[in-house]
Amino acid sequence: MVQKNTFDFREIQRRQERLAPGHRMCAGCGGTIAVRNVLKALHPGDKAVVGNATGCLEVSSFMYPYTAYEDSYIHNAFENAGATLSGVETAYRALKKKGKIKEDYKFITFGGDGGTYDIGLQSLSGAMERGHDMVYVCYDNGAYMNTGVQRSSATPMYADTTTTPTGRISSGKPQTRKDLAAVIAAHNIPYVAQTTFIGNMKDLYVKSEKAIYTPGAAFLNVLAPCPRGWKYDTPDIIEICRLAVETCYWPLFEIVDGRWILSYKPKNKLPLEDFLRKQGRFSHLFKSGSEYLLEAFQKEVDRRWEELLFRCGE
Amino acid sequence: MAIKDRMSGNEAVAHAIRQINPDVMPAFPITPSTEIPQYVSSMIANGEIDTEFIPVESEHSSMSAAIGASAAGARTLTATSSCGLALMWEVLYVAASNRLPIMMEVVNRALSGPININAEHSDSMGARDCGWIQIYAENNQEAYDNTLQAYRIAEHASVKLPVMICQDGFITSHAVENITLLEDEPVKRFVGTYEPEHYLLREDESMAVGPYAVSCYCMEAKRAQAQAMINAKDVILQVAREFEAISGRSYGFFEEYRLEDAEYAIVAIGSVCGTIKEAVDGLREKGCKAGLLKVRVFRPFPGEEMAAALKHCKAIAIMDRCEGYNSVGGPLGAELTAALYRVKAVSEVVNITYGLSGRDVKVSDVEVVYDGLEKLAQGENCFGEYPYIGLRSADRAE
Repeated sequence: MVQKNTFDFREIQRRQERLAPGHRMCAGCGGTIAVRNVLKALHPGDKAVVGNATGCLEVSSFMYPYTAYEDSYIHNAFENAGATLSGVETAYRALKKKGKIKEDYKFITFGGDGGTYDIGLQSLSGAMERGHDMVYVCYDNGAYMNTGVQRSSATPMYADTTTTPTGRISSGKPQTRKDLAAVIAAHNIPYVAQTTFIGNMKDLYVKSEKAIYTPGAAFLNVLAPCPRGWKYDTPDIIEICRLAVETCYWPLFEIVDGRWILSYKPKNKLPLEDFLRKQGRFSHLFKSGSEYLLEAFQKEVDRRWEELLFRCGE
Repeated sequence: MAIKDRMSGNEAVAHAIRQINPDVMPAFPITPSTEIPQYVSSMIANGEIDTEFIPVESEHSSMSAAIGASAAGARTLTATSSCGLALMWEVLYVAASNRLPIMMEVVNRALSGPININAEHSDSMGARDCGWIQIYAENNQEAYDNTLQAYRIAEHASVKLPVMICQDGFITSHAVENITLLEDEPVKRFVGTYEPEHYLLREDESMAVGPYAVSCYCMEAKRAQAQAMINAKDVILQVAREFEAISGRSYGFFEEYRLEDAEYAIVAIGSVCGTIKEAVDGLREKGCKAGLLKVRVFRPFPGEEMAAALKHCKAIAIMDRCEGYNSVGGPLGAELTAALYRVKAVSEVVNITYGLSGRDVKVSDVEVVYDGLEKLAQGENCFGEYPYIGLRSADRAE
């Protein structure tokens, strides 16, 4: 395994962009930040094929006749990014064996939470279980943003979406979000991690590099806020990610060969409402009479945090 | 030198796959096609071929992985039947529109419901407009020969389209019949190696596959794809001529069996044609001018050529092993009737549904059809308004 142990921020930032500018993603889009930074973790000169499920990213970064990808890229459909890249990776092994390809390639595919937690879950599960040498990166913005903010199984409880709208008798999404990292960890693949945009992106970089350069299947779950769907002031994205982590709504962790490792433990765990207050999708939780909802949400986050601490042996 | 053997249709295409030695095969189990990936897995396990097999978790993933592998530059195939083909439906279009020369062995079986595992053409006929070439076989020999010709057609520079090689479930796929095989070396020379022009893993260039395209580009892309299907007609005939040179077996868009001077013709697809030939021979001895047009290539649709071969007939029965649920008839009936109209044929035409869900068709059933055609030519319609053969009751499942 080729792994660098140092994080040289300046060297990494000087690397060539593999997601070129000129794509049509929204200003401040979390998905784009995720893609740029994950691809930065490819070592300079290493070849890759990038896959993509249908979603905002695909329709905005590969609009015929323009592509934003410097590397080879394939989009197939919404629910099959896992299977598609497993085909590409298998072709690579077949052609390499026959001497038709000399160089090494890495395989990285991106999907939103709709294409990953929901419609693409079976295809993802199959690809992970078969152990293809690939990384599946979910950029999780917690709803079907491309089609207009419909709820997914990644949407947090009580979020106001267009299919779980708040109303006279509705407080938003009634269900809690699926813990996809744990679901994928149950596939017993060599590397699973959860991360987001923190500080100088070191956590995202280190985990991406490990995922890409660990032989076998790897999965990254990246919280990638969507200013339109979450209804926050666009420049606040990094603060929102920080609060997601500091409130333990979105803990940072890795699962390496089945071993759960906590990447960061806040010294002072902040109340969940600090994360929720900045987002319009939760504004109904701050009206008087809704305190019990905030309490229930806090309780759910606490329960999951405790469970994670236990898994990590903390 | 030709090799005499006996094997089932599934074994025959597996033998062809061994001789071709493709790069990648994703597949998912389904009756009755599942023997094909089983045979391939055994060949891999015994080191007879170096194909990479992907044991996918569904047929949707099977076709999705095939698209990935083919776009990456690998000669790719899969196999399926019935509901498995239906589950692929969305991505069949993606394979064709990305112009990927994937081969798929389709072992025809009824679509649900009721769930039934036997021969019917509803599966591939349901996928008739998804941009794939479709070639049908009467028996194991044709399934083998069509498989050997598949990549030559699909990978041709003027085509670049995926191809379905179809055979009837159980009747062809599982019945063991005599077959004449080619030796490995002539097959390898005939099929050749796959040298795609652009692919994801080409080391000296990057490539992007599967764009979003707005209205100002999509229509041109679709017309270009339609042209590839039109171009496939010449390529299919050219490949058939080359195949005849190494095998001695002749193929075209369809087979004309005692059709040249026939007054009464049946048009059909697949294994039932063996039964029809038997009936034709018997009727000819009795002086009835019966003939058969056996459709081999359904996509591209050789309507003009079929109509030209049929227009001299007094009456024609177009047989569909597929219910159209459109209150009129089946897909072969609809398309061939339209083609006959274009050549201003004056033949009487009837569209008959037969053999659904493996319902047996006997020589005597076929004789009844020819008898009905004779009467139809004299102005008497004994087929009824919605013709079926082999049916007990039109309104009850009893």
